[in-house]
Amino acid sequence: MAEQNNSLVQISDLYKRFSISGDLLDQLQFKGGKLTRRKEYVHAINGVSLSVMKGEALCVVGESGCGKSTVARTVMGLLTPTAGQISYRGERIDNLSDKQMLPYRKKMQMIFQNPYASLNPRMTIMETLKEPIRFHNPSMAASEIRDKIAEVMLSVGVDPSWGERYSHEFSGGQRQRISIARALAVDPEFIVADEPISALDVSIQAQVLNLMMEAQEQRNLTYLFITHDLAVVEHFGTRVAVMYLGTLCELAPTKQLFSNPRHPYTQALMSAIPRLEDNRPDYIKLSGEVPTPVNLPTGCVFHGRCPHANERCRQEIPTLTLLDDGTQVACHGVEENRV
Amino acid sequence: MMSESTPNMQQHPTALQRFKESHFWHSFKADRVAQLSFIIFVTYAVLAMSASFIAPFDPYDASQIDIMNSEIPPSWQDEGEASFPLGTDAQGRDMLSTILYGTRVSLMIGLCAVALQALLGIVIGLTAGYLGGRVDSFLMRIADIQLSFSTLMVAIIVLAVFQATFGTELYQQLAMLMLILVIGIAEWPQYARTIRASVLAEKKKEYVDAARVMGFGRLRIMFRHILPNTLSPILVISTVQIANAIISEASLSFLGLGMPVSQPSLGSLISSGFEYIFSGAWWITVIPGVVLVVLVLVMNLLGDWMRDVLNPKLYKG
Repeated sequence: MAEQNNSLVQISDLYKRFSISGDLLDQLQFKGGKLTRRKEYVHAINGVSLSVMKGEALCVVGESGCGKSTVARTVMGLLTPTAGQISYRGERIDNLSDKQMLPYRKKMQMIFQNPYASLNPRMTIMETLKEPIRFHNPSMAASEIRDKIAEVMLSVGVDPSWGERYSHEFSGGQRQRISIARALAVDPEFIVADEPISALDVSIQAQVLNLMMEAQEQRNLTYLFITHDLAVVEHFGTRVAVMYLGTLCELAPTKQLFSNPRHPYTQALMSAIPRLEDNRPDYIKLSGEVPTPVNLPTGCVFHGRCPHANERCRQEIPTLTLLDDGTQVACHGVEENRV
Repeated sequence: MMSESTPNMQQHPTALQRFKESHFWHSFKADRVAQLSFIIFVTYAVLAMSASFIAPFDPYDASQIDIMNSEIPPSWQDEGEASFPLGTDAQGRDMLSTILYGTRVSLMIGLCAVALQALLGIVIGLTAGYLGGRVDSFLMRIADIQLSFSTLMVAIIVLAVFQATFGTELYQQLAMLMLILVIGIAEWPQYARTIRASVLAEKKKEYVDAARVMGFGRLRIMFRHILPNTLSPILVISTVQIANAIISEASLSFLGLGMPVSQPSLGSLISSGFEYIFSGAWWITVIPGVVLVVLVLVMNLLGDWMRDVLNPKLYKG
């Protein structure tokens, strides 16, 4: 693919599963007079491949429990993938030691969901911001560090004179700005934002979102933006990746995804957005529930709820294929022109 | 709550101002029992620390002791003498001076033993909680095994074996150190378990993830980020553990395995007076006993109050 040339972060064939069967003693079971060891896993990510282009804001959407946050945390190295690779500017980073990872820590930063938990309550704002700068730039003079802190605080709209305060003295929106300042403090080029505005009041959401867009413009940032809010995606994203049950269904430029969703799940998702229009397409009602990620369905993970599913969908796992209009979609139906 | 209102944040509050506005200080001001306990504890601490200046006699100095003065009752009794306000013990030592020195010994052992417990417990608890997995299982099983021996049993065995092997002479020189070591090592699981539990809760919070994403090392995250957030439970168990350590020391001394008679702690004083209690010399046992009980009671009351104040379920901050 030509687009790989200017990709910044590349996720290829990523799998992540979590054991839910406890330790060895819990796994042992008597079955038919035999002692057997049983292991169960939650399959959080099942073969996700996507690349984040330089300078874009790639939004990952999907319902709760579809593995969006797991993707974000695995990319940042907070979780180790069960299989697959993550590379940054072509260099594989998922198997590096903490020490080898250090240069990448400066380049990749993360903004978290809960502004009430993501700042250390026993540290002043100044300490919170100073520590990463000093850690990554040990040769920096104290005055330079102070200037740097003042600069990032101003850039997120927090008065530098508040530095001596503790995080509990700030409101949710202010705290999230401080979290953004902390991420920006080490001059990253790639930021993973894990639902950064979902814990905020609606009136504050727009402010924080605009702040993130400003920062993107000024600092030439690339975002991997995890969200479940489609209105935010429309406003913010360059491209959108739709996830369902740990797999990627569709990856398309934002406008295209909203105007012409291809995957049956995306179509259902788009039709569920409340709109103030009379002539909107009919609401697609999916039957059933999301299957458990413990026992994944065979074939396409969506086949149980898909109105277009046939025998092939039940047997064969669809792969992401590039369509003529630039959309990538993992659906046998689209491939066969049935959908 | 979520609004972006900006209160006047221009002036920086100092640490003292911040303390004065804290929940901790407010509830202290409102709680008479806590205030009284704190005042009594501070009095104890000041008197014990200045024992060598304010005590009328030096009970460690044999030349100041006259056996002819033995078993003089407190001065308010008929046979009492004004120079011995609380009477004298069987060896003719002034009870007031001996109690002051004894309180110093008891407090010293209590504080040092708890410092040792805290050091061991914090390091082991943090490691177990943060690293998790096999390290956690291993350390916590050791803690379980340690807890299944009672402190006193371990202490009695260790101290008795030490006395038997190295002789009473050496033991008397090292008594305080040995008591601190034994009580300190025997009770670390209390700390380790409490700290592990709060580390498990803290390490799930996003600020720890943020620190990991920054690339900070494990030790930095454990000691600079997580440890300060587990201070409340540490403070609470510390007060209770000091009381426990003082009691353990007193019990051991009472059993003859603690401080030697020449450098009595409160426990060994109580024990030495026990033989005379039926011959009418009640004060040798009862007065140090009351002093000990009040000290331990005050520590426990302070611990109770602190647990209520710092209980994150009642108050989060």
